[in-house]
Amino acid sequence: MAIRSFLILFLLFFLSSLHPILSLYEDQVGLMDWHEQYIGKVKQAVFHTHKTGRKRVVVSTEENVIASLDLRHGEIFWRHVLGPTDVIDGIDVALGKYVITLSSGGSVLRAWNLPDGQMVWESTLQGPKHSKSLLLVPTNLKIEKDNVVLVFSYGRLNAVSCTDGEVLWKKDFEAESLEVQQVIQCPSSDLVYIVGFAASSQFEMYQIDASNGELLKHESAAFSGGFLGEVSLVSSETIVALDSTGSILLTISFRNGKISFQQIPISNLVEDSLGPAVIIPSSVTGIFAIKMNAITMFIRVMGEGKLEVVEKTNHETSVSDALPISEGQQAFALIQHAGSEIHLTVKLAHDWDGNLLKESIKMDQQRGLVHRVFINNYIRTDRSYGFRVLIVMEDHSLLLLQQGAIVWSREDGLASIIDVTTSELPVEKDGVSVAKVEHNLFEWLKMLFFFLEGHMLKLKGTLMLASPEDIAAIQSMRLKGSEKSKMTRDHNGFRKLLIALTKAGKLFALHTGDGHIVWSHLLQSLHKSEACQHPIGLNLYQWQVPHHHAMDENPSVLVVSKCGPSSDISGVLSFVDTYTGKELGSLTLVHSIVQVIPLPYTDSTEQRLHLLIDADKHAHLYPKTPEAIDIFQHEFSNIYWYSVEDDNGIIKGHVLKSKCTGEVADEFCFDTRELWSIVFPSESEMIIASVTRKSNEVVHTQSKVIADQDVMYKYISRNLLFVATVAPKASGKIGCVTPEESWLVVYLIDTVTGRILHRVTHHGSQGPVHAVFSENWVVYHYFNLRAHRYEMSVIEIYDQSRADNKDVWKLVLGKHNLTSPISSYSQPEVITKSQSYFFTHSLKAIAVTSTAKGITSKQLLIGTVGDQVLALDKRFLDPRRSVNPTQAEKEEGIIPLTDSLPIIPQSYVTHSLKVEGLRGVITVPAKLESTTLVFAYGVDLFFTQLAPSRTYDSLTEDFSYALLLITIVALVAAIFVTWILSEKKELQEKWR
Amino acid sequence: MKTIQVIVAFILALSLLLFPSFGFQSDELLVDDEEFGLEGAPQYRSPEPIPTRSPPLTTPTRKRHSDLDSDSKIQFSLDHAFGDSDFSPAGTFSARLKTWSHGGQTLTKLRFSRNSFTDEEKEKFKNLLKSDDFYRIRLPSNVLSPPGRDFIISSVKARCLPREGLDEHFVIHMEGVNVLAVNYGSPGSCSYPRNLKLPTKWSFSSHTVLKNSEQAPRAPIFAEEILGGESGEGEVVQPPERSFWAKYWMYLIPLGLIVMNAITQAMNMPEEQATGQVPAQGQPSAGAVQRGPTSAVRRR
Repeated sequence: MAIRSFLILFLLFFLSSLHPILSLYEDQVGLMDWHEQYIGKVKQAVFHTHKTGRKRVVVSTEENVIASLDLRHGEIFWRHVLGPTDVIDGIDVALGKYVITLSSGGSVLRAWNLPDGQMVWESTLQGPKHSKSLLLVPTNLKIEKDNVVLVFSYGRLNAVSCTDGEVLWKKDFEAESLEVQQVIQCPSSDLVYIVGFAASSQFEMYQIDASNGELLKHESAAFSGGFLGEVSLVSSETIVALDSTGSILLTISFRNGKISFQQIPISNLVEDSLGPAVIIPSSVTGIFAIKMNAITMFIRVMGEGKLEVVEKTNHETSVSDALPISEGQQAFALIQHAGSEIHLTVKLAHDWDGNLLKESIKMDQQRGLVHRVFINNYIRTDRSYGFRVLIVMEDHSLLLLQQGAIVWSREDGLASIIDVTTSELPVEKDGVSVAKVEHNLFEWLKMLFFFLEGHMLKLKGTLMLASPEDIAAIQSMRLKGSEKSKMTRDHNGFRKLLIALTKAGKLFALHTGDGHIVWSHLLQSLHKSEACQHPIGLNLYQWQVPHHHAMDENPSVLVVSKCGPSSDISGVLSFVDTYTGKELGSLTLVHSIVQVIPLPYTDSTEQRLHLLIDADKHAHLYPKTPEAIDIFQHEFSNIYWYSVEDDNGIIKGHVLKSKCTGEVADEFCFDTRELWSIVFPSESEMIIASVTRKSNEVVHTQSKVIADQDVMYKYISRNLLFVATVAPKASGKIGCVTPEESWLVVYLIDTVTGRILHRVTHHGSQGPVHAVFSENWVVYHYFNLRAHRYEMSVIEIYDQSRADNKDVWKLVLGKHNLTSPISSYSQPEVITKSQSYFFTHSLKAIAVTSTAKGITSKQLLIGTVGDQVLALDKRFLDPRRSVNPTQAEKEEGIIPLTDSLPIIPQSYVTHSLKVEGLRGVITVPAKLESTTLVFAYGVDLFFTQLAPSRTYDSLTEDFSYALLLITIVALVAAIFVTWILSEKKELQEKWR
Repeated sequence: MKTIQVIVAFILALSLLLFPSFGFQSDELLVDDEEFGLEGAPQYRSPEPIPTRSPPLTTPTRKRHSDLDSDSKIQFSLDHAFGDSDFSPAGTFSARLKTWSHGGQTLTKLRFSRNSFTDEEKEKFKNLLKSDDFYRIRLPSNVLSPPGRDFIISSVKARCLPREGLDEHFVIHMEGVNVLAVNYGSPGSCSYPRNLKLPTKWSFSSHTVLKNSEQAPRAPIFAEEILGGESGEGEVVQPPERSFWAKYWMYLIPLGLIVMNAITQAMNMPEEQATGQVPAQGQPSAGAVQRGPTSAVRRR
């Protein structure tokens, strides 16, 4: 009886917990998730000089972000992420209250309100031809009491009103092949000079009346030597340029509209020739800088075309633009590297030898070189001028230097993550916690006090007696007090390291508990060097994951990069320890890297074998050890791979052939041969997406029991490839073709034999296609031109050759083929089921949850166009959904068919936050089967834990252990009391 | 109605006549949807292609449309290679090229004639079998202007082919007159420990299938009222009484227990009262009865 009632109780409890609730309560925010905001590498910074905005700096970045930062702490006041195509060309502050931005190649001009970042106006500028775009906010230039902004873009000069963005006048420069270099405002008059080059050897100068756009003067002069790249503005009527060989300095003056050239060969200034020079663009009056190889020279213009070298240094040097301080005086900042320190010097433009400020600051070597310097002044307490500089480092971080110290720093390299992988934390060792025991009695008492206080607070909270301050204190205790940011492995596998490779070539290790940076390392192999001119980081792979040696060996990751954008340039490998962040070694390869294939084999030290395919279709085995080659020889004939040639429309399958037959004997190099090919007709199909299953995905069961006690066997193959092609015409933007001209064809291909297992055409549909492949299903997202809506389709693939294994007796007697090996060479008997649904959003990324054993049901994680991540149950994308499911089907969990997928507001895993500029979502299984870790990255980072079927295998964090304990104690007490009472009663009975 | 019956009868008769003429060394296996050039003809839009599908014997239909569509015969060759050797001709595919009135072109009636192995080729094939190497074939990617952009290559482990003779199975994926891919292999299974087995007969039995792309199912479109009903139904998943239980079980069970307890109490009460009242009335006698034996024992 007792058992039965207990069972009923349990059942009832279980039923009550079945409601899938994804949302969380207010006080749970931040317990398992963290969100970090970044802006990216700063391109330009404008300090605000007005009183109210003095604490702020406005920056534009290479991630197309415009942001206003707090100068005291480096926090973001406001921020706008423009689209990936909306590249910012220039920013400035106008009227003391607007931030003006020019973006999209000079076609969009916007004004933002400085205090709160609201957009005030936006205007679109057009012009006859493509050109460099320049923004100039002139001081004291007014047209009919209206401040103006001058914009040169698309071969046209526009004067735009500051107050409403209206174009006041415009002047075309279409007739000439003008390459504009500078737009210069004359300090004393309403004149504007436009200088540039035409036909590579012609210098052009236009003088324009800024009040009405009238062309006052046009002069041009030819220089036979041609011009090279940038120019440096040394006064409002003089610029310095280099000839095309980079060996002659040209001082071009256009005073009063008269152009005069002064040529001075660089060899006249310095004795030894050091190769071609480049001008470092700056705008300091009277001084410019050139760089020849590693040597930087500062040259002063003496007037009448005389030049004088004032300093020559072989330290890495960066220089800021000029900052006008008092009447006619300009200051500029100079930063030089010297070992582990940087020297900051602030000088007056006309006085090279005197320093306004000289400080040296210790700099972390992992930040690399200083790339950009922005100077700002302030008035000290003693009424003298003080200077602070904002510097952008090689790793894209942003630092503020003031009074010889780093006031704050921002790790903005994390805004441009290329690839992410995870690593386990060290196992907790016994010896580790020794240091912690040495607390004295006082500290113990203090801890005890805190402990008691905390418990009092918690008790208050439970009894709903807490005041708002108390609640805040409880919340902060919950956030801090939990063990989530410990540096050791936990039982549930929630604590891990996220290893992220950024565009700057820096590797970061982030703790999943609270997102703090455990270590960061600027990869030496990704540093610019003689051998490797433009290193580009490509991917991260897990190189060594010790399980057997977890106590004494550290895991490491492989960073694959290459030396330039072309495909046949040599590659670089580096190996980094994930506990310490040390670079264990790096290899500059003789061959290129087109494809990296992690093989499913490890050697005795648990290093994973990797096969690298180069541009000549040779395969190279790493690590280069005899042991690796032994293992590899064993599996030689079982290694197949494929390559997708997007631009060519060909998919090929490859296999290894023999050792390389090159002139140099290399036993780790192998020839390959082509096994199969699929050629898409170029006139009707173009590859736009190809997706495979994650190689480490775990599938729990190969069968699926459907409603009528029937079994379907999933076709689970690691070698399935999903490919989507569209009509070449329809590869552009949505709406550029009619539905009749566009189609989308999707394929499921076996990558060992090149067999097309499934092929289906969606007429009237077009890309972009986002797809995710998991187990035996693929979900893809595309646009349906006929329905004018986005659609998501699902294809599930089932194995028919095993379908007759339904007889129990067969299974009992072992007469089934479930354990027989599967070969790709067998004729596959598959059936597919598919269904399409409408979906409201367009996508930026799509992923699927993955758990340790694959038992938990799956959720799709959809990165929406609004930069949020939406969790959608896979059950909604079941091809077997029907309009009226039978009772049995309902029990199985089939949802009645609808034409569109629901978007439930509570199922946004990012809650109300946004992951600006979302680029990718990755999921990592935790050790706890019910839970998966989700990391979304873009300009921002977001991390959370998800339990798609709720945490059925553990108690939740907010489970009240105290209540449980109290209940048990109360029960035990009650048992004792009743026992005593009954004893007494019995005794009394007996004494009667 | 009559005409249809007549046509069906005609089709049947014609098919009976046509079948014997197919019995060559190569089998023809025409896949049903090859008659409908869905790919090459994007303007051909049939929302329901299934009812119009018919077995491969569609000669009459074609004859009816012969004024619109024209046929022509084409041939393209199959090349093969043993391991890494160069490709050499191995057979010829012949087919009818059907040009639709709207400009699309499709292949129908694919036939294949395989050249039998020469002695040299037999030796090469035996070597392949011994070394468990690949037997490779290739087709042009465009049947009208071979080889088109590139050759379509497919390979199979040679040990998969021998059964009685040499069994092979081609699935040719077409897109108008372009060959996308060819799936080549044995018709049955070929699981991993592949044993060396020489064929008894050196003749190929070939099966060929032509495949064109299928249409994807459309997303279901509901009328508004159905949609409303559907979503309403979708939300109320559980019957109300169950959710009542699910909500209030923690109150109901103690309540039930209390009630049960109360009932047992109530049932015990009268008894106890009855038993309790009796001794109350005759207390001394009962006490004497009870004490009697114990005292007797003690005394002993």
